[in-house]
Amino acid sequence: MATLNLVQAINLALQQEMAKDDRVIILGEDVGPNGGVFRVTEGLHAQFGDNRVIDTPLAESGIIGTAIGMAMNGLRPVPEIQFEGFLGPAYDQIVNHAARSRSRSRGAITVPLTIRVPVGGGIHAPELHSDSPEAIYAHSPGIKVVMPTTPYDAKGLLISAIRDPDPVIFFEPKRVYRSFREEVPEDEYTIPIGEAKVVSEGDDLTVVTWGASLFQCIEALDNAPDDVSIELIDLRTVDPFDMETIAASVEKTGRCVVVHEAAMTCGLGAEISSRVQERCFLNLLAPVQRVTGFDTLMPYYKLENEYLVNAKRVGMAIKETLAY
Amino acid sequence: MPKTTAYTATIEYVSILDEKGNFDEKLGKGLITDEQALDLYERMTVCRQLDEFAFKLQRSGRMGTYPQNKGQEAAAVGTALALNPGKDWVVPSYRENAALFMMGLPMHYVLQYWMGDERGSQIPEGVKMTPLSVPIGTHMLHAAGIGYAEKIRGTKNVVATYFGDGATSEGDFHEAMNFASVLKSPVIFINQNNSWAISVPRAKQMASETVAQKALAYGMPTVRVDGNDIFAVKYAMDEAVKRARAGEGPSFIEAVTYRLGDHTTADDARRYRDPAEVEAWIARDPLIRTRKYLEAKKIWDQSKDDTLQERAKTIVKEVVATAEGVSKPEVDSIFNAMYAEPHKELVTQRETMRTSSLGKNPEQVGLKSEALGTRH
Repeated sequence: MATLNLVQAINLALQQEMAKDDRVIILGEDVGPNGGVFRVTEGLHAQFGDNRVIDTPLAESGIIGTAIGMAMNGLRPVPEIQFEGFLGPAYDQIVNHAARSRSRSRGAITVPLTIRVPVGGGIHAPELHSDSPEAIYAHSPGIKVVMPTTPYDAKGLLISAIRDPDPVIFFEPKRVYRSFREEVPEDEYTIPIGEAKVVSEGDDLTVVTWGASLFQCIEALDNAPDDVSIELIDLRTVDPFDMETIAASVEKTGRCVVVHEAAMTCGLGAEISSRVQERCFLNLLAPVQRVTGFDTLMPYYKLENEYLVNAKRVGMAIKETLAY
Repeated sequence: MPKTTAYTATIEYVSILDEKGNFDEKLGKGLITDEQALDLYERMTVCRQLDEFAFKLQRSGRMGTYPQNKGQEAAAVGTALALNPGKDWVVPSYRENAALFMMGLPMHYVLQYWMGDERGSQIPEGVKMTPLSVPIGTHMLHAAGIGYAEKIRGTKNVVATYFGDGATSEGDFHEAMNFASVLKSPVIFINQNNSWAISVPRAKQMASETVAQKALAYGMPTVRVDGNDIFAVKYAMDEAVKRARAGEGPSFIEAVTYRLGDHTTADDARRYRDPAEVEAWIARDPLIRTRKYLEAKKIWDQSKDDTLQERAKTIVKEVVATAEGVSKPEVDSIFNAMYAEPHKELVTQRETMRTSSLGKNPEQVGLKSEALGTRH
């Protein structure tokens, strides 16, 4: 079995879905011969040609709006937005059209669309290239939001997203793109949207996370005392998120720490924390803690490591929650 | 080095049947048969009656906000006449009802929609159109994508998209023009330049002399026509459709028309419009000149018109009765239509909607699911 990084696993999923289904179309800025600024679409233009791998004009709303039209007329477009900081211009198309179309037409006009977007900080990028806007879209009904972290999960979830009859935003933690490899089967497989993964089992405390922070959580678990047993959950899908897996875990452990890279206020950690107290109130032995980005702008890269969630902060939260 | 000319362009203006009923035989020959002209006149008349009735429905509390089409019927029917219903697409704004009906949308759908029921946008199988679009100027991008899908499937089907003069100020308008041109998508951009974006006149909306010239920047064939002249509109549309079917990409038509009514029933245009301007445009009403044309051809007269007006009233009454006769939508539908399959949390919220305790299971608020009875 091949050992792939995140970029290669996503590329493989795209290549296989395009080979299998000629309705699958890639469009975006620099996705053609250049293979995308992160090379995620490398080789696809050469294999599938101009009609199916489209270098578009530099206009995010145009990319998404055009992709919506393609989806309304039977195609399965997979547009790429170069960085999450440039999703803003497409917000109107995503929220007011893609997310609404099925409901407002009561199922007559649907938008099976997968919007791929590199997300998050940690690569010393320019301003507006390091944000974490997933909660904005999770708050918008009608669109699913996926954020796999590992190559294996990314391949299976991307195939699910492309085949999904509804619009999906597929966030790719760019910090992980080339920093982690694992075995990824060549054969096709899917991972259901909405299913979390229990990364490691434990009895004393539950850590819920998604995106690149997963690796800081793993580091924090490695640093935890040997007599503490921690369950680590990678949400993988942030909307609709897998409350069943979280609740089952917290009912067992009685303690929960939610970790995400995005800012705290109205972040998804708030929603998870609220649901945990609704579902698991009598099981809780301590308040749910959040370890998140700060309610500041994502700083330019000289200070980005101070902003990003690190293993030390996760470790402190674990320690405090256990000691409560 | 001497200066040279980098680019020049002219934009044609087409008028075939003017407001006095004068008809340009040379340009207009063979464009619209007598039978078609009669049909379009009837359709415009029915649409006008529907508009008048809709206004009364709103005023009497039987319908919500409604945008009248009055005055703009010719641009709708003249363009739709060049399309193949069931094959070609229409991507509308909300002031071209007559075109939608020609594409096969049952008339009561439009009323049902403005009566607050999403099922009015549940486009029937086989009718190629997207629902009315409320955010201004955003839907033309969908036309670019819909057209692209037709193009790579190798069909000859085309996409007509409608929008007002105000919409051409929106960024998405320019992105749609650019994408359609670059992708050679078979789209006909139909601008209904009705002079007013709610209360803002065209002169404050844009500094360009015409709307049509905006297409020049996108390398798109473009023309300005008398939008109240079914012949001029059809003339421009035929050329645009021909280009699109031949794989030559999008075209632009600026149909100069006028919104004879208010922006919507929530608006009062008397606050900002000169009555003299409105009077002048009433004289250019597309229905008046089409009727003059038919009378000059001796295929129409007062008694036929009286009969038509009565028939139109009957049709509209039936349409209103159908729209009002539709049962209230089931509450479940707001949950069921969100995704192909509602996710678990939505199922819970659907179950508990009627407990007035959103997010809780019925059991949590002391109710058994069965006790809720039927869900509407």
